Formats: sequence, structure tokens, C-alpha cells
Amino acid sequence: MKKLWGVLMISMLSACASQTTQQAVEVEERLIGSGGVEQQASTAEGQGVNSNDATFHPLKDPNNILSKRSIYYDFDSYVVMNEYRALVLAHADYLRKNVNAGVLLQGNTDSRGSREYNLALGQRRADSVKNIMLLSGAKASQVESVSLGEEKPRAMNQDESSWSENRRTDIIYWGE
Amino acid sequence: MFCLHKYSQKLFILLILCLINSPLQAALDIEIFGGGASQIPITIVPFVNETSLPQSISTVVANDLQSSGLFKMIDSDGLALHASEEINYVGWANRGSSALVIGETTLLLDNQIEVRFYLIDIAKQTQLTSLITTVHTTQLRTVAHQIADIIYQALIGEVGIFNTRIAYVVKRETSYILQVADADGFNAQPVIEYTEPIISPAWSPDGSKLAYVSFENRKPVVYVQTLATGVRTELANFEGSNSAPAWSPDGKTLAIVLTKQGGSQIFLINADGSGLKKLSKHAGIDTEPSFSADGQSLIFTSDRGGSPQIYRMAINHASGGLIERLTFEGNYNVSPEFSRDGKQFTFIHRNNNRFSVAVQDIATRQMQLLTNSQFDESPSFAPNDRVILYATEINGRGILSTVSSDGQTRQQFSSLEGDIREPAWGPFRSIKE
Repeated sequence: MKKLWGVLMISMLSACASQTTQQAVEVEERLIGSGGVEQQASTAEGQGVNSNDATFHPLKDPNNILSKRSIYYDFDSYVVMNEYRALVLAHADYLRKNVNAGVLLQGNTDSRGSREYNLALGQRRADSVKNIMLLSGAKASQVESVSLGEEKPRAMNQDESSWSENRRTDIIYWGE
Repeated sequence: MFCLHKYSQKLFILLILCLINSPLQAALDIEIFGGGASQIPITIVPFVNETSLPQSISTVVANDLQSSGLFKMIDSDGLALHASEEINYVGWANRGSSALVIGETTLLLDNQIEVRFYLIDIAKQTQLTSLITTVHTTQLRTVAHQIADIIYQALIGEVGIFNTRIAYVVKRETSYILQVADADGFNAQPVIEYTEPIISPAWSPDGSKLAYVSFENRKPVVYVQTLATGVRTELANFEGSNSAPAWSPDGKTLAIVLTKQGGSQIFLINADGSGLKKLSKHAGIDTEPSFSADGQSLIFTSDRGGSPQIYRMAINHASGGLIERLTFEGNYNVSPEFSRDGKQFTFIHRNNNRFSVAVQDIATRQMQLLTNSQFDESPSFAPNDRVILYATEINGRGILSTVSSDGQTRQQFSSLEGDIREPAWGPFRSIKE
């Protein structure tokens, strides 16, 4: 139970962090991997794998737009809003220039309403990102879109901040 | 946040303690709105010798009848009554009772029990019906449900649903368990368990199989599992997502939803996995098909009009594959399911951010909201169309509830533990089963 709350707290932290600095996201991703609140202090103090590296891979560089991986949506919408177009286009451009790279797009929804409709809606969300990427030069073989519907929520509460965090397409590169 | 959580946990524990401490508490918490005047006053006398059995029959019968909202229990003061005894009709009438249930149990060899039950009309001073049967001690709840069905049919004039089963998914920690239980929530049995989500269980019309969607292969795949043997087959594992199984009334065909050609589209497939045939041509979302009673049409959710609404489609394309929109109130109507008689359907209607159970009459198009909850999901009709089973949420935990299709009686399944979702009410069972 404690562990679950740890993960939940981290998920919520990462929800906030995605709006602020990417450095924080980096740390939290490792925290999720190590899976416990107890480890927070030591990891945050810089014992993580990559934190001492002088340079980042473009996909990991917190100053690079490619490190941003989530596209958020309005309720019952799969429209990629203008504020996320630059992000999607940057990933499309990266795929066009790196033909050996590829992504899995996971569409998610908030927990309200129908599980089956949400499964289909998550698919439309992932597909909408895929379509922009393909139109911008990524190859179909580089982009796979799937839906998790409402089944794998990142934020667990029943309130607007959790719901909006869960209305999301995540971009996951092969090998990540 | 932590305080809140502790608080809700305490509430939950309190609730559980209440349940444990009250011996008469059934698996259901019952809320009845109005309708009290038309309830039939009935006395269920404890069955002779039933206190020595592992399971009391009369309490199960009483809970069943009470859960329908159509009966008012008149206390018998705990007096067991032999069938051979003289019945004090005037005495029972003075207590306000119009029907009397008496019974006897006799322990035979090998854990077999002879059960005798009689239903008496107090005003007419006659016996309405009776049952004499022999069952194993493990079947006492089942025989009690059968007795409740017999009483229901004799006094209400409709087939009862107490001896039916429900299926649902429980989430516990990291596991998802598909379970089947009696209609009162007792006698829960696991069907299958995985660490990945299971959704959309659907009963075959004969009640022998469940179709469901499992994410165990990291994407949704439709399986069909035979309950008696546990044997299961992959019904649909095409490229992309496979989901939303619905059985045709004859059990030979299922409607499913596939994304293999882009969008979410409805297909028909034979129950053995052969003969895939595409039904819908819309490029967006068509999902959650449900067959009409005659098997000639489907209702389903589609976003073709810009918001999810419920549509009806003729299956036989000779009729032009006509598609007709059925819901017009609000901008979110999902999860349609036909009643078994095909005259109405139930669905989830969103109104001011509340997701509630509604019904709509096919002929008049009249919609009626049955609940006022915030997070209702997945409504399904009982086999007699009198009650709708659905999932809702209380204190962050998914629970099952029922509402009568006239909205008069609501109940919660409080005995089921864990986070519960995706209920489906099974068909009538044959007495022999």
C-alpha cells in the first residue's frame, strides 16, 4: 500500500513537473523505476545513472523539445491542440532524420464514462498524433499507435487535475 | 491527501464491521423510493430444522424477495412452523400478512437435504404452490433462490431472477479477476485472473460461456471461455485492438470491434472465430454493439455526429444497412444495451458532468434517467428486464449497484470486496443446472 502511494505521489509530482522543468521529470522517471519513496532522497542527490553526464542525448536533453513526450486533450476530444503541434512536429522531424528510430504512441483517457468508448477514444488520440507525424515525413513503419483507454491511469484521483493528466498521448521511443 | 485517504479507509472498515455485526445483513444494501403501498406483505417463517444446516434457507429467500422492492417482510417472531400444523389464518391476517412461506428441512445421508416449501395465500386460506426437492448441503443457497423465484412468479406473475448469475471484474492490488457470482453477490467464483486489465464480459445466451477482452498480450484481444471446463479460445486477435464482444440471441455470432482497418469498426464473427464480416464503414468510432431480441439489428455508440451518441443499424444489408440515430439529449450517451424484449435500451447519459444510468423506449424515444450518481458505467438488464445492474463508485472504490427499470428501487452490493467494475447479468438458468 505504501509503495502504491509512493508511486502515486510520484505520478502526481511528474504530472506537475511536466508543466514546469524537464530536469524534474528526469529524476522522477528514475524514481518510478526504483519504485519507492524511501529512495527519493538518495536519487535526487545525484546517484542516478545519467545525472552526471555532461551532455544529453537529444531525446533526453531537458532543454530539447524532444524530451517532452505527452500531448494533452480536452474531454472527449482527440484534436491535437496548437500548443502541442510544435512538439509533435519536432518528433516527426527527428524520425525523418533518424530512420532507424521509431515510436510507440499510447493513447489514454480519463476514467469517466464508458471503458469501451474510452478504448476507442484513446486509439483516436494516438492516431491523431500518428497522422501528423506521417504527414510530416515519418514513415508508417516508424510509428505504431495503440490505446490503453482508461485502463492505465497515471493520476488516480477523481478530480479535474487527475482527469486532465490522464487525457494524454505518450510518445515512447523504441528501446525506452 | 493522506488524511483523506485514511478517513475513507476508516469509513470503509466501519462499513465492513457493520456488515459483520448484523446477521440479517444481506449482500445488498437496499434503498426503496416510494412504491411501498403496492408492496405485497409476506411472512417467511424460518424453515423447520434449518438452524442445524450450514446455510439458512429462509433468510436467503427473504433477502431475495426484499431486494426486488415488491415485497414487505412481516416478522414471524422466529416461530418455525410444521406444514402439518394448523395455520392460524386470522392471526397472520391480523399481522397484516397476505402470504405465508413455510418449509421443512430434513438431513438425509451423504450431506443430502430434503427441502419442502409451501406458499400459502392467507386471505383465501389456500396453498398456492409448493416444492419438494433433495439437494446437497452446498446447494442450499441455490435452492433458496429457486424458492424465491417460485414465490415471485406466483405472486407477481413474472419470472424471477434470483437464481441467475452475474459476471464482473475485480481489481485487487495489481491483479484483475473476472468473477461469476449469484445474483445476490454471494458464491463468487473466479473465472480468470491476470495482471493486465480485463473488460467487457458478455454472457452467451445459454449462460455456458463468457466472452471478454483481456490485455494480457499487451493489447486488447477477445476471448471466449466455457465456464464449466475453463477452456478458452481466442475469438479475435487481429492487428490493432479487438474489443466489445456482444452475442447474437442465437449464440452463433458475435459482434466485435476491431481497429485493423483504421478507426474502431463493428464486425460480425462466428462464435468459432470464422467468417469475419465488416458491418460499419464509419472511419471514426463505432463501438459497444448490442443485439436486438430478434437479432436483426444492433444498437451501438458512435461519434459520427461529433459527440458519442447511440445509433441503430439494420444487420441485413438487403435493407440498405440503414443507420438511425436514437439519442439526442446531451452530448455524451454511451454503453447502450438492449432489454431482452427489445423494447427499450439502457445506457450511460452525461449531464452536468454526472454520468448516470438512463433508459430509452424504442417506440416513443422517451428517455428516463434512473440514477443521479456521478460515475456510473456499464449498465446491463436482468433477464426479466425488471432490474438494471451497473457499476458505480463510492469513496474511490468501484462497486456494483442495481436499479429497477422504473427507477423505484436501488441497491448496492456491499459484500463484494475490492474495486469492482464491468458487470454483466447472465441469462435465466434451467432448474437442473
